[in-house]
Amino acid sequence: MPKNTHDVIVVGAGHNGLTAASYMAKAGLDVVVLEKNDWIGGAAVSRELYPGWKYSNCSYVCSLLRPEIMRDLELYKYGLQIIPYEGSATMMKNGDYYTHYHDHDMTINSIRRHSHKDAEAYERYSRDVLRQCKIIKPLLKMTPPDLTSFKPKDLFGALEFAKHFAAKDELGGLGEKEIYDTIRFYTMSIRDYLEEYFESEITKAHLAGSAIIGTALGPCSPGSAYVLLHHYMGEVDGSVGSWGYARGGMGSITQAMMGCLKDHGGEVKPSSEVTNVITKNGKAIGVATQNGDEYYAKKIVSNLDVKRTFLKITEEKDLPDDFVRSVKNFKIRGSSGKLNIALDGLPDFPCIPEGDPGGGGDMHFTETIEEMEGAYDDWKRGEWSRNPYVDMCIPSKSDPTMAEPGKHYMSVFIQYVPFNLANGGWNEERKQEFGRHIVDCIAEFSPNFKDLINHYEVRTPLELENEVGLTEGNIFQGELTMDQLMFNRPVPGYAQYRTPLKNMYICSSSTHPGGGVMGAPGANAAREVLLDMNVPQKGNYY
Amino acid sequence: MTQDLRYSALKKTPFHSRTSLASRTNKYYNWNGYTVPTEYSTTELEYTAARNGTSVMDLTPMGKYEIIGDHAHQFVDYLVTRDLSKMKDNTVAYIIWCNEDGKVIDDGTIFKFSSTKFMLCCAVKIYNWLNDSAYGFDVTITDVTDTIAALAIQGPTSCSTLKKFGATDLETLKPFEMREYNIDGFDILISRTGFTGDLGYELWTDPKNAEMTWDNIEIAGKELKLRPFGMYALEMTRIEAGFIQTNTDFMAAEDSLRPTRMRSPYEIGMGWLVHLNKNSYFVGKKALKKEKEENTTERCLVGLDIDGDKPAHGSVIYNSKKEDIGIVTAALWSPIMKKNIALASLKRPYGIKIKENIFAEIYHPEELEYRKIWARCKVVKRQFFNPERRNKVPADLYE
Repeated sequence: MPKNTHDVIVVGAGHNGLTAASYMAKAGLDVVVLEKNDWIGGAAVSRELYPGWKYSNCSYVCSLLRPEIMRDLELYKYGLQIIPYEGSATMMKNGDYYTHYHDHDMTINSIRRHSHKDAEAYERYSRDVLRQCKIIKPLLKMTPPDLTSFKPKDLFGALEFAKHFAAKDELGGLGEKEIYDTIRFYTMSIRDYLEEYFESEITKAHLAGSAIIGTALGPCSPGSAYVLLHHYMGEVDGSVGSWGYARGGMGSITQAMMGCLKDHGGEVKPSSEVTNVITKNGKAIGVATQNGDEYYAKKIVSNLDVKRTFLKITEEKDLPDDFVRSVKNFKIRGSSGKLNIALDGLPDFPCIPEGDPGGGGDMHFTETIEEMEGAYDDWKRGEWSRNPYVDMCIPSKSDPTMAEPGKHYMSVFIQYVPFNLANGGWNEERKQEFGRHIVDCIAEFSPNFKDLINHYEVRTPLELENEVGLTEGNIFQGELTMDQLMFNRPVPGYAQYRTPLKNMYICSSSTHPGGGVMGAPGANAAREVLLDMNVPQKGNYY
Repeated sequence: MTQDLRYSALKKTPFHSRTSLASRTNKYYNWNGYTVPTEYSTTELEYTAARNGTSVMDLTPMGKYEIIGDHAHQFVDYLVTRDLSKMKDNTVAYIIWCNEDGKVIDDGTIFKFSSTKFMLCCAVKIYNWLNDSAYGFDVTITDVTDTIAALAIQGPTSCSTLKKFGATDLETLKPFEMREYNIDGFDILISRTGFTGDLGYELWTDPKNAEMTWDNIEIAGKELKLRPFGMYALEMTRIEAGFIQTNTDFMAAEDSLRPTRMRSPYEIGMGWLVHLNKNSYFVGKKALKKEKEENTTERCLVGLDIDGDKPAHGSVIYNSKKEDIGIVTAALWSPIMKKNIALASLKRPYGIKIKENIFAEIYHPEELEYRKIWARCKVVKRQFFNPERRNKVPADLYE
């Protein structure tokens, strides 16, 4: 038996890789996780790039991480705590602002300032979106059935899937009309969807933000309504659609997962970039790393996106041609950038009155859907948006561990930023130019913002690809459109975490149910691996 | 400031001008005859302040009794089940006390200033009970509920908040110790005590100083995630900490209409506070000794870790034969632990010898219909949440 033999190798120590690894280690397997960076966490990290300030360098807020996973892996015990948002606000050029709050009645009162009609429509809208969230919630933890298969597992799976769309009891009488609504919802643009409810531009713009974050779709693109749902289906302690911060930054999530993994005998090896999967007789038997080590295992689980998994570390000769073609066609387009900023104090945003909890969560300054679509138009031309949509927040307002009292960390997520920048692509100079542009945009709403900046980190899609390993810097590891969701994710016929290469699995966000710091793909993949290995799985809530 | 209480049912606390200003919901309730907020904005955020930053709660309505006199120490030791004979000055002890039948009247905390001066804090009104019990002791008992303003300052950043407020070297104060400060010309007593199971303190001062104290603490905690904290959030934190609440988790002996509802300390998980071998007599000792010797304890109060995410409010607990074996007294989905937890009063041997195959019948309300959930429960330690920072000395500082 060769050295370095384990039951399972997980490639990549992102949150899904660590989730999968933890579940498998909990079930008693010998698991090793290989990570290319000298830190762990993938896109859920907290790094101190400027002394005294912790940044959530990539992902920055938490809602989608399944509570059952937190419970199963006892992430609390290993230091994870979620702090709910207080509110969110869109600032307006006329000095006014639009806010949502943690408290529903406060939100209604706030919307009423802009439109009495919208305030009441918001109740109807919330109900309808919540209904969609309830349909999708049980699907998150299911392995999508193969609709072309006649295996009992798939036939039952298909029935189970369908049941959640048609189950009357569970959803309080979901009828024909609601099923039509669901089908429309999954294929509509967010603009069209919101126009069925709201009249005021600011209400629509504020709500539409969730539909474009991370995607290469504009608010008028069909399918963008689903992206909104994807951002709404999470929860903070039963409050569906709520978002929160991970105390200590997003790295707390992956650190807690690592704590659980290690407690169950698992191992994580940083600075061990997997260069290729070793195969024998058409089966995956191990991996080789950049530093020349080889690891062997019964099962190999990839936390890399589907393109990196099959076009980079697996050889084409080991895979069917049509599969390779599907992988090449998988849409994974970078569209987002980010700034992480160390601030010497709290910036003033005169639009938001001091003490208004609306300023306690995400803040924006896009006032109309047209502006948003304009930002998308720039992206299509290969430029960063001149008038971008930003999702900015100051986690240190709520989290006392990100910076010392009085100092603040600000996270600015920017939509849209192309991976393939026109006129010669990204270089250091253009990256800095992009960073300065965003700082200028924010400064228009905050007179003292620039004076408070100690340091900032600029992240373009290119950095995200190079550092984190997300192809084109796409934060979801693949677009969240119907052609790439559920049984189509990552490619039709291979949506059950297994791959054409025997003993090779995939657990990344490229699989069902998709991106975001959710952990569901990792937990689902672990379940399939354990099933194939006949390892009993008991006592899990997920 | 004496309030004119003619024709009024509820009193205002000395912090009322501040608590009512902070309230965005106008939700109040009656605590021991006072108007106090149940919720200022949203309970989730208030709860979070207690687990993430600093939470501030108006504690004034808590019953407070000063016990002064040459026999103060003997009297207190006679009153409670715990052996307090070696209690040091400037410390606080958690206590329960019983009636003659060994049934619990209430739990609370006792503050020792010296062997001739104590302060007792508790949930129910016991002025009358204290006076009756003091027969033959040289003590004077004064109800100081109205004359001492009290605040709970709890949470991981609470020590930093209070240091900034002026409590020098507070981090060296050990759990269950107290220290007197003079801040801005007012005497303030600070004890490292609380009801949240976390790092935390309680402040005791003159009502004249109340508003200024509130304002200055608010300023001190501005960068330390401070937030006022209502009764709903307190209920969440105390369940996580496994603290019991009189007339919720058990009926106070003096309040129970039905004698069978009275509980001995052993029945509510407070056996550890009963020191049958303490030298002096204490109220209820004979009955408790008999209960212990004859092993007649009927019930127990345990922690449950329950399947699913629907809180088991008021659920009946069953064994696998569907026989009724007890009831949930307090339940919640714990945001910090991501667990569905509850406190339950069970009929022994369930909860003590039999810890498996126990089920809660949960009625989950869903738009005027109930979904009946049959959820498996694990009997676990009642102290669900007990972070290291709670008892750490020196206390954690955020600077």
